[in-house]
Amino acid sequence: MEATSAGATGAPRPDLYRTRTRRSTGEAAIRYALLAAALVSVLTTTGIVFSLLEETVVFFGDVGVGEFLSGTKWTPLAGGESQSFGVVPLVFDTLYLTGIGLLVAIPFGIGSAIYLSEYASPRVRRILKPVLEVLSGVPTIVFGYFALTFVTPEILKGLGLEVGSFNALSAGLVLGVLVLPTIATVADDALTAVPGSLREGAFGLGASRMQVSVRVVLPAALSGVVAALVLGASRAVGETVIILVAGGQKADLTLDPTVAMQNMAAFIAAASRADIPTSGPEYGAIFAVGTTLFVMTLVLNAISIRFVRKYRQVYE
Amino acid sequence: MAERVTQEPDRQEREAQAATSAVPSAGSDGQPVALQTEAHGQKPAAGTREAIYDLDDVGVTYGSVPAVREVTFPIYQHEITALIGPSGCGKSTLIRCLNRMNDLIPAASVTGKVSYHGQNLYDDEIDPVQVRKHIGMVFQKPNPFPKTIYDNIAFGPRVLGMDGNMDEIVESALRRGALWDEVKDRLKTNAFGMSGGQQQRLCIARALATSPDVILMDEPCSALDPISTGRIEDLMLELKENYSIVIVTHNMQQAARVSDRTAFFIVDLKGEESHRIGHLVELSPTEKIFTNPDDQRTEDYVTGKFG
Repeated sequence: MEATSAGATGAPRPDLYRTRTRRSTGEAAIRYALLAAALVSVLTTTGIVFSLLEETVVFFGDVGVGEFLSGTKWTPLAGGESQSFGVVPLVFDTLYLTGIGLLVAIPFGIGSAIYLSEYASPRVRRILKPVLEVLSGVPTIVFGYFALTFVTPEILKGLGLEVGSFNALSAGLVLGVLVLPTIATVADDALTAVPGSLREGAFGLGASRMQVSVRVVLPAALSGVVAALVLGASRAVGETVIILVAGGQKADLTLDPTVAMQNMAAFIAAASRADIPTSGPEYGAIFAVGTTLFVMTLVLNAISIRFVRKYRQVYE
Repeated sequence: MAERVTQEPDRQEREAQAATSAVPSAGSDGQPVALQTEAHGQKPAAGTREAIYDLDDVGVTYGSVPAVREVTFPIYQHEITALIGPSGCGKSTLIRCLNRMNDLIPAASVTGKVSYHGQNLYDDEIDPVQVRKHIGMVFQKPNPFPKTIYDNIAFGPRVLGMDGNMDEIVESALRRGALWDEVKDRLKTNAFGMSGGQQQRLCIARALATSPDVILMDEPCSALDPISTGRIEDLMLELKENYSIVIVTHNMQQAARVSDRTAFFIVDLKGEESHRIGHLVELSPTEKIFTNPDDQRTEDYVTGKFG
């Protein structure tokens, strides 16, 4: 009853009740639209996993899981007796090609990042960083033909190496060039985010620029730099076109980089264009390899997320 | 301003000393024996102590914007010299000239002479990395490295390639930094787990680990509470027996409490706000600055009429 007496004394009571207006309807609609946008990628991922698993399960009805995961002969598209579904050579070649790529990309990528963040003058940095970012946007087919028509015949053969027209070395090296800018720009962001006060502290103790970069800034940015490396590695593991164009069409268990090698993504691309029946194990193999690749990158990312969380340094 | 005249007589003596220690060796103190026998607690008259720094007409500009101009004064060994003045008067800029920290700012350029033991720090042949080995610095905000307490202290000795037992170097630096008892059981833990005051003492101990001759402190207590500030002030008074200290402070009471000599800076307003140039008003024994300064502007500042 006090409320009425209060209302009676002064100005009319303001209306605070919820009413449906055009504005409130619009707010609600936007909220659901944004939710739908967020769900698209989640649903897509679920769809991908589901479609992969469905065909993979069918494949493992034809070929045993053990035979697939431990077999050392990968000739899924061959006919008759010589057909074999041992995925080990394909996984090995994928990692081997990635390894060659990272051997190029890690030293040059981290080196560029240290140069950009610690040595380059603001002017040089303003020019160089966009150039690197543009380089990471070059279509990979361009890199593929660069490997096939320039690196293999002009550089590798020019150096007197006995390489095949399709070879792992050329594809791996160019794969490294492809992921180098990714590693460089992401690592540079991590290094640049290290507060200047740490650099000042180290310089103030008489450290040289190299000592400041390697002993203070790089460890302080470790989690970000590792994230850059993992990003580069997952790009290299999943790269298709360079390997398809310059790496060749077969996966053997060999350490010889002068012969042809194929990675998992390139196999999927090649097999999906090949003339194979959609009912046989050849078709299922595409999905089994896809699942394996999916699991591999998932594990790689999970490890990196744990690492980044563990070593993340939060600065004020 | 009067200081420029009073320090003339000992210039010969200083140059003679500079000649003998033209190549100062890291870690060893090349101080004349005479200074060590001087009685503690007795404030010597200006000129009897040896000037380690001689600033002569020093000016700094950032790009085309001048920050501080025409600064001339000496800094004496085994004293605490405080630089005070209102914001923007160039005292932080100036202290960063004393170990060439301004080099890290690409646009900064320094004119005039900053002589340290008779050598101009801004000569072309001078290596700033060598300079900083002899002149340590403590910053406004504690800036420990994201490493263990032990590795923070050991960083300087390691990059300088100092000989000796690292455990002993670390312990000795932490003891001199009045931190040993608090951290001796957690040397291998991350320095970020320490309190702000402890972190700042760690940074002081880190600077001491390389055995510098001079320690520059740029508002070392501005981010600390009064108790931590008191501990650091006590530490500074202990340290001046063996080191020369230059401190920038916004806190006039702090300058009065710890320093032997105080330099008062002021900022000129030339035309617009964007052309504020700092310069030195006077440098005198601290007692004089706070009781009977030569310049009216100093008196107005220390009595709180502006600032």
